[in-house]
Amino acid sequence: MNTQIKILKSANYIKLLQKLFDHKKNIYGPVRQGKRIGYQKINSANELATDFIIPDMSAKSFVFPCIEKLFSFTKDKENVEIQNLNLDNIPEKIIVGIRPCDALGMKSLKAIFGRDPADSIFQTRLERTTFIGYACNQADDYCFCTSINGGPGNTEGSDILLTKTDSGDYIAEIITPKGESIVASAPELFEDGSGLDKQKYLADVPKRFDDSNLENKMKAAFDTNVFDEYAIRCIGCAACAYVCPTCACFDIQDRTKGSKGERIRTWDSCGLKLFTLHTSGHNPRETQGVRWRQRLMHKFSYMPERLEVRGCVGCGRCSRRCPVDMNIAESINIITDENII
Amino acid sequence: MIETAKKLLKNGDVNIVIGYSEGSQGRVRPFFARNEEEAENLVYDNRCTQNLAMYVSKKEISKYGKPAIVANIHTLRGIIRLAVENQIKDGDLIALHINDKDEMTVCSTLEEIETHLATVTPQISDEDKVMIEKLDAMSLTERRNFWEKEMENCIKCYACRQACPLCYCTQCTVEVNQPQWIPVEASIDGNLEWHIMRAMHLSGRCISCGQCGDACPVGIPIHLLPMKLSQEVKNIYGSISGMNRSEGCAMATYQPGDKENFIG
Ligand code: SF4
Ligand code: SF4
Ligand code: SF4
Ligand code: SF4
Repeated sequence: MNTQIKILKSANYIKLLQKLFDHKKNIYGPVRQGKRIGYQKINSANELATDFIIPDMSAKSFVFPCIEKLFSFTKDKENVEIQNLNLDNIPEKIIVGIRPCDALGMKSLKAIFGRDPADSIFQTRLERTTFIGYACNQADDYCFCTSINGGPGNTEGSDILLTKTDSGDYIAEIITPKGESIVASAPELFEDGSGLDKQKYLADVPKRFDDSNLENKMKAAFDTNVFDEYAIRCIGCAACAYVCPTCACFDIQDRTKGSKGERIRTWDSCGLKLFTLHTSGHNPRETQGVRWRQRLMHKFSYMPERLEVRGCVGCGRCSRRCPVDMNIAESINIITDENII
Repeated sequence: MIETAKKLLKNGDVNIVIGYSEGSQGRVRPFFARNEEEAENLVYDNRCTQNLAMYVSKKEISKYGKPAIVANIHTLRGIIRLAVENQIKDGDLIALHINDKDEMTVCSTLEEIETHLATVTPQISDEDKVMIEKLDAMSLTERRNFWEKEMENCIKCYACRQACPLCYCTQCTVEVNQPQWIPVEASIDGNLEWHIMRAMHLSGRCISCGQCGDACPVGIPIHLLPMKLSQEVKNIYGSISGMNRSEGCAMATYQPGDKENFIG
């Protein structure tokens, strides 16, 4: 569908949320909790944080929760009976305040979980989630969406994107049918905004590296020591993967009690030593340098090659939260620097 | 410091200097100088609060040979504690300690580190003090609610563990799955069990550097748990960890005079 541009006055935005609450919609948004900005279920528009760069955690947990049940099972002597998850129970959710990078991250996740055989649990969650994004009017030095084909006003992945103007009113871009159905629930709150340009309200995010031919540059770096050198200080804590909107490594565990149990999926990371440790004791990714290489190669070489999408949207979270200042944009910069390869 | 580091590297006294360098966006980051040229990048100022002791046991670093380590008080205490636990022995490393007055002491032996530590009073930050007082003042239920609320955010990434100089076990209890002691998933119960387990394992060992809390990507003040337990151990047994090799292991030693009113 063609994107429609509307004006949503700030008072009307509150009314819109109120209307959605009245319709018993599950609404989640960024809420300030001390120093933290986290997505939480909200019951009133007042709870929403207003002045922030980016929530600490990405929105990926809405479609790929940190822990989720895949199915349950009962064992009766030799027979094992499997009860599939009832997908009908997956609730509809509306997420407000998602940033364009996080919304774009959904594309990477979709590519990963959509690969044959497609993950029906993930797909159902995604189908039942509506994203009302906030374009970024501020950024910090860690943001690098513009280096990687995204941008502070990128609409991909959002159903509606709101850009705050100087007056506090929003330019609302209605991008998908899901977005349209939100408008349809309160059409009187939206005014025509055709011709409005959001550009001047967007944050300025400079390019931090040249991404042309990145896939090949990554490949060429594979056998060099750039990864070992950069990751010498990495402590293998995986904070980077857990905060990342596109990292999708997971572990499968059985949680059993007597003859009953459930199989669950939990987040994991290729940066953890245990991730590739074999029962024999051999670890094909022996050092943190090799694990860092895997992280970058997967995002910037393997994923583009196999899934036609990169595994990074430039949100900068991994660098912000790394306890030892591993900075992904800087690391790519070193790799793409011709002199090094 | 740079000159000393260079000299140590040049004379072959050490093979690598673990220190800090300028990082991104005004931060400092752990840095590893393996030759004199690299040593030029070392920096030290009040941003260097990170405890570098955890690098001593890392394979990626130890493969280079003997290290010198630029050490703030936390790092010095980490080194002593690791020595108490037989993870480091005398002569394994050289510590370069710089005090608030910018004076450097080169400690080649553990005894020299101990002598230096004997002159300082271990302190925790004002913010942590306030938080611990606040937690102390809470009722049991309030305290449990506080931690449950905080731990709702825990995603079980184990960054806290990785950042801790004393979490050096090659196999952590959370990774034992036969039997599965701690649920793997980041559920409320699993998170609580994980943190109680970690805090118990660190009680009386934690050197109160606060690094675990700093590392947590979701900002849980998780360092308060092991810190508080170490204070308790100090109150009961009188030993402060990471000060002197004679301190021993309060929670792993039995003495006939021990109070055991919490058992049975
Ligand atoms: S957050 Fe930093 S230290 Fe932790 S695994 Fe990632 S890069 Fe390594
Ligand atoms: S790799 Fe880092 S910058 Fe890229 S999307 Fe993940 S967290 Fe954001
Ligand atoms: S404060 Fe945290 S990181 Fe430091 S020694 Fe104690 S438990 Fe380990
Ligand atoms: S670092 Fe924080 S989120 Fe990660 S396991 Fe520790 S407390 Fe939980």
